Formats: sequence, C-alpha cells, structure tokens
Amino acid sequence: MLARPFSLNRFTPHAALLPMALTVLVAYIGAALWTFRTSLTASRTFPSEKWIGLAQYVRLFDNERWMLSLNNLAVYGVLFIIACMVIGFLLAVFIDQNVRGEGLLRTVFLYPYAMSFIATGLVWQWLLTPGSGIEATVQSFGFSSFRFEWIIDQDMAIYAVVIATVWQASGLVMALMLAGLRGIDPEIWKAARLDGIPAWRVYVSIVLPMLGPTIATVFLLLSTAVVKLYDAVVAMTQGGPGIASEVPAKFIMDHLFLRSNVGLASAGAVMLLIPVLAVLAPYAYARSRGFGKRPRQKGHA
Amino acid sequence: MAAAVPPSATCAAPRRKRLNAARIGVYAFLFSAALFFLLPLYAMITTSFKPMDEIRMGSVLALPAQFTLDPWRNAWDQVSVGFWNSVAITVPSTILPILIGAINGYALSFWRPRFANLLFGVLMAGAFIPVQVMIYPLVWMMAKAGLFGSLPAIVLVHCIFGMPVMTLLFRNYYASVPHELFQAARIDGGGFWRIFAQVMLPMSLPIIVVAAIMQITGVWNDYILGLVFAGRDNAPMTVQLNNVINTTTGVRLYNVNMAATILTAAVPLAIYFFSGRWFVRGIAAGAVKG
Repeated sequence: MLARPFSLNRFTPHAALLPMALTVLVAYIGAALWTFRTSLTASRTFPSEKWIGLAQYVRLFDNERWMLSLNNLAVYGVLFIIACMVIGFLLAVFIDQNVRGEGLLRTVFLYPYAMSFIATGLVWQWLLTPGSGIEATVQSFGFSSFRFEWIIDQDMAIYAVVIATVWQASGLVMALMLAGLRGIDPEIWKAARLDGIPAWRVYVSIVLPMLGPTIATVFLLLSTAVVKLYDAVVAMTQGGPGIASEVPAKFIMDHLFLRSNVGLASAGAVMLLIPVLAVLAPYAYARSRGFGKRPRQKGHA
Repeated sequence: MAAAVPPSATCAAPRRKRLNAARIGVYAFLFSAALFFLLPLYAMITTSFKPMDEIRMGSVLALPAQFTLDPWRNAWDQVSVGFWNSVAITVPSTILPILIGAINGYALSFWRPRFANLLFGVLMAGAFIPVQVMIYPLVWMMAKAGLFGSLPAIVLVHCIFGMPVMTLLFRNYYASVPHELFQAARIDGGGFWRIFAQVMLPMSLPIIVVAAIMQITGVWNDYILGLVFAGRDNAPMTVQLNNVINTTTGVRLYNVNMAATILTAAVPLAIYFFSGRWFVRGIAAGAVKG
C-alpha cells in the first residue's frame, strides 16, 4: 500500500465495512452454524440444548415426505435445467439470425422473468385448472375427450411446476446466451462460411464450446434456483395434491413454522447446503484459477 | 460491465437471407415461441375483464364478450393494503442496500483494508445459500431484539440478503474507475467519506440505476422473506395475493384473481418495459459473478 501522507482515520474503511462484516459473521456464518448445531439437538417448538447427535438426520431420511421432496427436487431440477438451457439457447440462436423485430421478441421472451414466482404460479394454476383454462379451450375446439389434469394428478403435478417455472426463467437464459453469442468473434463465422461448413455444425462444434463460461454461469443460476424452489410450488399446488409436489424448501418451512419441528427442519436445511456446495465448489475453483491473484482488473463484471 | 445485449444486431449476424425455406423456419419458430410466452399474459388480461359465467362457459382464448371492470375493483379492494405495504417495504429496502453496497464496493476497490476480500468472498458464497439455512436463527435473533414481524425487520432482512449482489455491482463498477482519479483525490486531502460522497457517488449514477432496478424488482417479487419477517400487518403484496387466492374457500373468482395477479405483477413489469436494456444489463451483471 502507498504510505499514507497524513494518518487520517486509518480505521474508517474498516468501520465502513462494519455492516458487511456483521452480515457475514452474524447473519451468514453465525446463523448457518446455529442451524447446524440445532440440527444435532432435540429441538421441537423451541430450540433445545438436548444433544442427540445425528438422530434428526436419521429421522429425516426415514420421513416419507422428505424423501418424496428430494425425489421431486431431482426430477424437477433435471427437467427444469435442461428445458431452460435448450429453450434459452434455441431462442438466442434464432434471434441471432438477423431477424426483424428482434427487440420486440427479446421483450416478449424475457418479460416473464420480471414476474414473481407467486404471480407466475397463480397464472399457470389458472391455465392448468381442469375444466377451464387450456383444457376447456382445447375441448371447445372439438376435442371433447381432451384431458390435461397434471396439476391435480399426483404423478404429474411436479411437471406442471416445471412448465410454469421454465416459462418464467428461460428468457433469462436467452438473454445471457444472446450476450454470449454476440461476444463471439465474427471472423469465426466468416471463416466457417468460406470453408462451407453448415451453420448448425458451427453452432454445435465451435460456438457451444466457446459459450462454456456463459453456460457455466447459467447452470449455476438455474441450479441455485432449483434448490430454492418454494414460491412457485406454494402458489401453484401448495405441495399437493396430498404431498405429491412437496419440495425440500417447503418441507423445511412447514416444519419450522407450522409443524414446530425445528430440529428436523434444521437437519433438512443443512442437507440443502450439500447440492449448493457441490455446484459452487467447482465453479469457485475454476474462478480462482482463472481470475485469482490479480489485484485489480478493469471493466470486468 | 458484463457484455450486455448490444443494441440490435451490430455484429456477428452470422448469415444473410439465403434459403427462403430456412428463413420461414426461423420466423415460424420464433413466432410460435412468442405465442407460447404471450399466452399467459393474454389469458390473464382477457380473464380479468370477463364476468364469471362467461369464464365458466368459454375458452381462455376468447375475448371478453361482456367487458366488465368489476373484477378489477374487487381485486384492488383485496390487495391494496398489500400494495402499500410493498411500497413501504421496497423504498427503504432499495435505498439502504444500494447505499451499503456502494460503500462496500468503494472500500473494497480503493481502500482494500485487510481481511476485506476474505469477507467479500464469504459474502458472495452466502448469496448462493438457500435462505432456509439462515431463516430460523434470524427469526430468533429478531424476536430477541423485539423487531420480529415489523417493517424494520423485513427491511433489515432485505439489506442482509441484498448485500452480496449490491456490493458486487459497485465493486465491479469502481474497478473500472481509473485508480489515478482516486489518488488525485487523496493527494488533494480527501478523506474516506469525502471522496466517496464528492467523487465516487456522483459518477455512479449508471450503476445506481441498474442496482435500483434489480433491488426494486427483487424486493417487490419476494415472497418467502415477507411471509416470515414482515408480520401480518406489513405483509407484502405477494403474500397477500397468495392468501387471497389460495386460502379462499368456495367458488374461485378467476377474473378477480387474475386482476389481482396483474396488479401484483404490474410494478416489476412496468419497470421491465420502461427500463428494457437496463434491466437486462442488471441481470447480466448480477448473474456474472466476479
């Protein structure tokens, strides 16, 4: 550091960062440790000091509702991420073909992202309600035997949630992918055209690999959204029918605030950290290898 | 800044119009995709202007035959309290996190106190942790402090969870400010706060706009934090909307529900439609973690 000519308040920067320090130490690290500690106790309605080791975790994995919610999260996560990536990428590629009305199309594809998951969930709940919405519309076209009852079907409700949330989030993927496509050197396209390589091959063999960092970012965003999935389920199905569309975040919230089982909910919350860390760790590692140690870099966001 | 979507196709338009069939395919795909994306908005708007018996009879695609504004009046009666609660939550929950984020970014970029980058690293990691991990201890602490279920509680929580991205935005923005500018201000005798207030803040307007868009839409659309921390009297619009629709027994008034949903989505949608490119820039910058 440069020598400070006149020793002004040397600690002002530290004081200014106090809110950040408190947030990190108390609200993030402190609260996470607290939750971990609670998960090892017999806490029910109120925090308890009674130490019971890993018993809450054993109970958690004996709990049918938790296992179902994990299963739903896995099914949901795979479908949601793949659908958002594929739809977002295709939209970006097609928009990038020098089409008319590009600005309008971008607006149309991205506007759902401005809506809350609650609003999204409620709209799709209405569209998917059997007897009205899409079902009634298709029936009114003359297909009177048409049935679309996913939202009240135990086996299909989670797919209804996939439809709504993909609708909400794939525009975001489109926007990020489009930015990535626009960052690719036009020379590559010229060279490929001279060599007579078909466009789809260029996309698959050259462009997709070059979009690696964008795809990694999108994957990270989508997978954290998967783990956080809560609002959309609450708005669309309330976890139902029965507990068919239960997800871990909702299991935890219900056990914290409705079912007075803080210990079990804390164990569930700790388990939610595992997928997050599993996705985040390789990403952070790659970042630290790629960008670390440079004291300041210009114009990088 | 992240490479936000550039204005129209300035570069890299890969191919020209060659095969007409291919062009038709491109437009057909985009057109059908646009229809899919617009369908819910269309259904929402038309449903909200129909009387209930028309909804029971007809299809979601039909335009209202008997245009009525009653559902809107009814909906506003039900969610207006939530609307004003959301305003009361969003205003401080936008201003404070931006201010804290700007100070953090400024201190991290120019002063770089010891351990600050470590703190920042943990803060960024914290942005990815599901709130469920932190929520109960925070409730407990706020209950102890006598804040739980109040406006200050929900604002504080939005400050805590908004801080990572706000700090990141400003840190990256200040990283592109020439260091010489800061040093010149130092040589002129500027202290920490003076340089911040007189040099950095005035040149931060573009990033403040981006940060405000992100924070307003994020806070307005929040459900889970409002549900837990705001308390019944301060429940934001999303919470009230869900209560109105999902806990009402008896006949569902879809027209009223859709009008209420549009009212709840109106603020972020308006911001999106009016700020367009800034909105995209915001999500791009927030998404591409530094």
